[in-house]
Amino acid sequence: MCTLAHVFEAAGLATVTITAIRGVAERMRPPRVLHCEFPLGRPLGKPNDAEFQHDVLRRAFSLLERGSGPVLEDHPEEIIGSEEPLSCTVPPSFDAEAAPAVEEARGLRQAYDRALAKRGISDVGAAINADGVPDALDVLQRIVEGTPWKSAGIPGGHTTALANDIRAYYEEAALELSEAPDPGGRQAEAWFFERTEAGKLILTVRKALAAQGAPQPVWFFMAPMHRS
Amino acid sequence: MAEQQLGDALIREQIGKQPVPQFSETAWSAPPALSEARVAVVTSAALYPRDGEPFTVSDTSYRALDHEERRLILGHWSPNFDRSAFGIDYNVVYPLARLDELVEQGVIGSTASRHYSFAGNQPNDVATIRHDSGPACAAELKADGVDVVLLTPV
Repeated sequence: MCTLAHVFEAAGLATVTITAIRGVAERMRPPRVLHCEFPLGRPLGKPNDAEFQHDVLRRAFSLLERGSGPVLEDHPEEIIGSEEPLSCTVPPSFDAEAAPAVEEARGLRQAYDRALAKRGISDVGAAINADGVPDALDVLQRIVEGTPWKSAGIPGGHTTALANDIRAYYEEAALELSEAPDPGGRQAEAWFFERTEAGKLILTVRKALAAQGAPQPVWFFMAPMHRS
Repeated sequence: MAEQQLGDALIREQIGKQPVPQFSETAWSAPPALSEARVAVVTSAALYPRDGEPFTVSDTSYRALDHEERRLILGHWSPNFDRSAFGIDYNVVYPLARLDELVEQGVIGSTASRHYSFAGNQPNDVATIRHDSGPACAAELKADGVDVVLLTPV
């Protein structure tokens, strides 16, 4: 964002940059920056809170009144997002033959479909669609059990895209199942990686891929960097 | 700090100490009065519409987003930030409903007909967005009569 601010400003556009990471803005010195210490992924701070979002915009646009720069100001409110797992009951498994993650994914399908119907769009689709989630988890389970990753037939051929699709499928379903109107910053993520079989499987398969000698980019970006 | 709050703190620390592109000076463009300005949003969330072209890993190009299109896919490849909020309310990343309200209130002059999306996970030298796709996007914004750009990250 800071690079684009420099580029746009040089082209004659006045820019205001919202940043989540103050140190980057301090070093790059774009023209006008509002630093917002909000959960990453939420530059306007709070979903479904128009008043708060307007406050952020008012403070950002007020920087346009300055006569010279660079200008770097802080939003006065810090938001520390909860990283406690979302309270969300995973549908029970009924198929003793299927891997737990596979059956779990099947159980979430109705919730996913309801979420899709409401929102009209889904982030699932970079490597697989929703129909492919159970089979993809089965492939990951087989890698954990020893199938060489290069011959496992990773759906879509890209582990990061696949992990993102599986996580999006789960998180979109979870938002439909949860009664919390606004999960905190990392609550959906925490639920996925700490409470679901699929999330635990992705963390396990990362280790299996590393142990099999897969290059670091193949496994590292399947989960957030703080989840080892 | 509680263990469950380490995610954002650790990622901020890691990203905050990475090398950044150097700019010898800060360009400065004076905008018109906000009440007369045409405003666009440019985000690094890699947003694109359902029938649009997805972003690839380290994609240096950008997508134009029609102002009326609000059903967008968040195509950023990084697993390191929260995506649930965007699914609940796109305005938390891409605040077009808020801008529409500011137009109605006369706070800003107008909104752009098209907004733009880049992928935040760029190659470290950011050479393409600095010298190619960034200036090209700026030219499109200028052609639309935009005065002010609000840049939102994820």
